[in-house]
Amino acid sequence: MMEAAATSGAYWLRLIVGLVIVLIFSQLNALFLVWLERKVAGHIQVRLGPMEVGPHGLLQTIVDGIKLVGKELITPARADRKLFVIAPVLVFMPVLVAFLVLPFGPELIIRDMNVGLLLIFAFSTFSVLAILVGGWASNNKYALLGAIRSVAQAVAYEIPLLLSVMSVVLMVNSFRFSELVMAQQRVWFVFLQPVAALIYFICATAETNRAPFDIPEAESELVAGFHTEYSGMRFGLFFLAEYTNMFIVCAVATSLFFGGWHGPFGFSFKIPGVVWFLAKTYVLLFVLMWFRWTFPRVRFDQLMNFSWKVLIPLSMLNLVITALVLKLV
Amino acid sequence: MAEQFPQPAQQQLYSLNLGPQHPSTHGVLRVLLTLDGEYILEADPIIGYGHRGHEKMGENRTYLQFMPNASRMDYLSGLLYNHGFCLAVEKLAGIEPPERAKYIRVICAELNRISSHLLWFGTFLMDLGAFTPFLYCFDDRENILDILDRVSGSRLTYSYCRFGGVARDVDDVFIEQTRAFIKRLRSRWPDYHNLVTKNVIFIHRVRDVGIIDKDLARRFGVTGPNLRAAGVAFDMRKVEPYEVYDRFDFEIPTGSKGDALDRYRVRLEEMEQSCRIIEQALDQMPDGPYRQERVRLKVKPPRGEVYFAFESARGQTAYYLVSDGSPYPYRVHVRVPSFGNLHCLTEVLKETLVADAIAILGSIDIVVPEIDR
Repeated sequence: MMEAAATSGAYWLRLIVGLVIVLIFSQLNALFLVWLERKVAGHIQVRLGPMEVGPHGLLQTIVDGIKLVGKELITPARADRKLFVIAPVLVFMPVLVAFLVLPFGPELIIRDMNVGLLLIFAFSTFSVLAILVGGWASNNKYALLGAIRSVAQAVAYEIPLLLSVMSVVLMVNSFRFSELVMAQQRVWFVFLQPVAALIYFICATAETNRAPFDIPEAESELVAGFHTEYSGMRFGLFFLAEYTNMFIVCAVATSLFFGGWHGPFGFSFKIPGVVWFLAKTYVLLFVLMWFRWTFPRVRFDQLMNFSWKVLIPLSMLNLVITALVLKLV
Repeated sequence: MAEQFPQPAQQQLYSLNLGPQHPSTHGVLRVLLTLDGEYILEADPIIGYGHRGHEKMGENRTYLQFMPNASRMDYLSGLLYNHGFCLAVEKLAGIEPPERAKYIRVICAELNRISSHLLWFGTFLMDLGAFTPFLYCFDDRENILDILDRVSGSRLTYSYCRFGGVARDVDDVFIEQTRAFIKRLRSRWPDYHNLVTKNVIFIHRVRDVGIIDKDLARRFGVTGPNLRAAGVAFDMRKVEPYEVYDRFDFEIPTGSKGDALDRYRVRLEEMEQSCRIIEQALDQMPDGPYRQERVRLKVKPPRGEVYFAFESARGQTAYYLVSDGSPYPYRVHVRVPSFGNLHCLTEVLKETLVADAIAILGSIDIVVPEIDR
């Protein structure tokens, strides 16, 4: 069946159009998120944020992007040149793949794969590899420390992240996004699996290296962490990847726990599914930003303790209870 | 494989230069760290990057000409240094300022102390990774700068005090603004406590971190809030009251353990105590001249020497002036609190994490140009 579909022209057209849309959307979205972050930060801190370029500074990030493109790409003298150049590309490519399977609306999934959820988590691990490569190749102690921290953090937080996702998968018996979302037509999983949702969101914050878990790039400690030596658009790619990653984890959270394109309790108020989906995702993104501008940074060992001693046992327990309840009901 | 990659005979240590250019070294400080992974085995603060030769400059300038230098050593509590220098010269030359001037000086000095502590609060939290309190503090601090700007003409490096008084009298607007500021600051405490003091992450980052106990503090000459956090109620304003500090009812907040949390609490409480002093001073302030009739621009103290210690925002600060009877001091020496506060880090930073080192460095509130002078 796959072969038949693959040869048809419609399939290729759909894929290519999808990829182009994904590229444009992910870039614009990342730029918009950077602007949003600065606005949210500004208003939380009783100031206005960017106001000069465009209405309410909307074009500020685009101008910043142009500036980054125009900047010199500096490679440190004793850096591992090949790895140093590859790392920013490596961090950005995988995040695009995730967009192929995200369920923006009932009809708005580019490829509704039966392993969609698995694909996202498999590819999101790539960003850790990129950070390690970038930090190692920079030949800078701060960058190396950041890279080491990042790997340890990713290992610690991917386990509870996947365990919390598994409890939802157990309920639906599928990795396919469309089925996961359809199962939430009446009741969102956040009400059935509040613990899993909470664990997922905490881990997602850590997974995207956001405050209070931003220790790989802890500014006051490691200057800029793994991207200390990066300049110009290479830094820009790390930066955009961070925001795109944020969007992806929030989009996954929306589809797993907050009903995807469905309105609350089956009421859609005649609003299209894609609007529901994006609205919920942006609310979650706002919460992520809210975290960042409120909390101090967690210390590295405390972060590891929290994951191994609290989150993993808790998510394990949650999974076992879910399995038991499903077996009994 | 094992032959290809032989295990090192011992664990590899490496050194890391924290600074002189680093986001959280508060000026140009360099700390040479010897690290095992993220654990610090040895820490060696290296100073002197901001040396401007203030003490030597003092020997080539008249007493009045040295005044702007005083506030540039510690740019965060400039008025306190300015005030201290005036008092030292007045003690040396036997000048007695009028009552009103004394009160004006105390009010402005305490305002400056609050502004210094507010800035510390913001930068400390920024070192811990919380950016927002920094801007809240700067918002509050801006009020103080505006108030002091109105009377002294400068916002950071004040030269407001004069030998035998102050440069300009204060008016009703100043008093009104100061009272309004104190009211505003007090209304902000609940916000700060909700945002920071009650934050679990914050508590975990600072509790039992960087303990400076009494013994360590004595050995390194640690003074100020860092010493008081260890439980020693030592404050020059109480121990050797100068100016009119003996007329006010205020307390010396102390901690118990001497960890970063204690230092945090002591400084927050000190701001409140400074508010109390200002309020009392505003109530008691008499009318009258704000400086002596005959303004002394060229002081010629008699032959002799004076050591005058006062409490700046960072601890016990002192001027040692030697006069040979000429309008130029023979020797100007400054005892700065940050020196002792910083150098106890060689012991405090041992066997801590890099993240802790930043938290400790932030919690002791150093101003590096003050050490370098």
